[in-house]
Amino acid sequence: MTSDPPLSFAPYRSTALRAPGLPPVPLPPGRTELTGPVFGQSTVDGREADLTRQHEGEPQGERIIVHGRVVDTDGRPVPHTLVELWQTNAAGRYRHSVDRHPAPLDPNFTGAGRCLTDAEGRYRFVTIRPGAYPWRNSLNAWRPAHIHFSLFGRAFVQRLVTQMYFPGDPLLGHDVIFGSVPAFARYRLVATFDLPNSVPEWALAYRWDIVLRATPFEEPS
Amino acid sequence: MSTPSQTVGPFFAVGMPARSDGAGDVWLRGRVLDGAGEPVPDAVVEAWQADPPVFGRAATDEAGRWALRVRESTVDLSVFARGLLNRVVTRVYLRDDADDPVLASVDPARRGTLIATRSGDGYTFDIHLQGPHETVFFAL
Repeated sequence: MTSDPPLSFAPYRSTALRAPGLPPVPLPPGRTELTGPVFGQSTVDGREADLTRQHEGEPQGERIIVHGRVVDTDGRPVPHTLVELWQTNAAGRYRHSVDRHPAPLDPNFTGAGRCLTDAEGRYRFVTIRPGAYPWRNSLNAWRPAHIHFSLFGRAFVQRLVTQMYFPGDPLLGHDVIFGSVPAFARYRLVATFDLPNSVPEWALAYRWDIVLRATPFEEPS
Repeated sequence: MSTPSQTVGPFFAVGMPARSDGAGDVWLRGRVLDGAGEPVPDAVVEAWQADPPVFGRAATDEAGRWALRVRESTVDLSVFARGLLNRVVTRVYLRDDADDPVLASVDPARRGTLIATRSGDGYTFDIHLQGPHETVFFAL
């Protein structure tokens, strides 16, 4: 049983003309699908994992730590893989020309981060808790606070783009994008409040482990 | 259980910038079109080839156009967009190949959607997400 949402999901109106109408054709993974791009340490600056230190001053909002492990469904860590994330600022506004939400931009916050997982598949970002924002899917529709994640894993078949949500958010029960996921799998998208890994006098922590599908990927030679 | 996919949304350019890795030597260009034949101006297309590796990522413009540098050989593509709750995956063939087992597994009436057209300095490959010309997408 797949944990992924269906491509065609009427409550999310943008799927109507974009979701393919025909079933996908099975593709037995070959060498191309069982390998993937490798992004070395040289392509990622360590400072990219701290979204609060990318400008002259500090951004407005609640500083948080978001960390976790990237593993596969067999429980194996996924080491040295690129993790990209993007999000709104504390006011719920993206630094993007298409975002028309009348909330302020923050000159000290871009909202983009990158890192490589370590040898045990761990990642860690410092950022600002993103804000909720309205969208036009239906009257008074609001997206719950979320952080977009992009992961490559070690093979093309593991590529994943998804969103992380915050525990206890009252908007989760009203959001059709979160709600497009089968009910039994939704918990996978919600981070855990992590008091032990919070830094006293400085930042609260959230833990979010990411599980990629297991694949007989080829070991690098 | 694996972490479910979610849509890339309209603001992916903040965190998924265009990139080109590896020695691609020809252009692969195309458009992403929706079920009404309209351009999809907020999609992102990724190309992957192994041996030697070529990876590229390009967002579509207001006319739904994208362009990637690839090697002159079969290419796997992922397409992400607002309105796509998961990526869709297709494979670009630069010529019809009757001996290719994957092409052979596709309905002959739809096989043409996987074959690029030669053009000037590269190849053209339009992606129809839906509709009468719907591109063949693959389940991995």
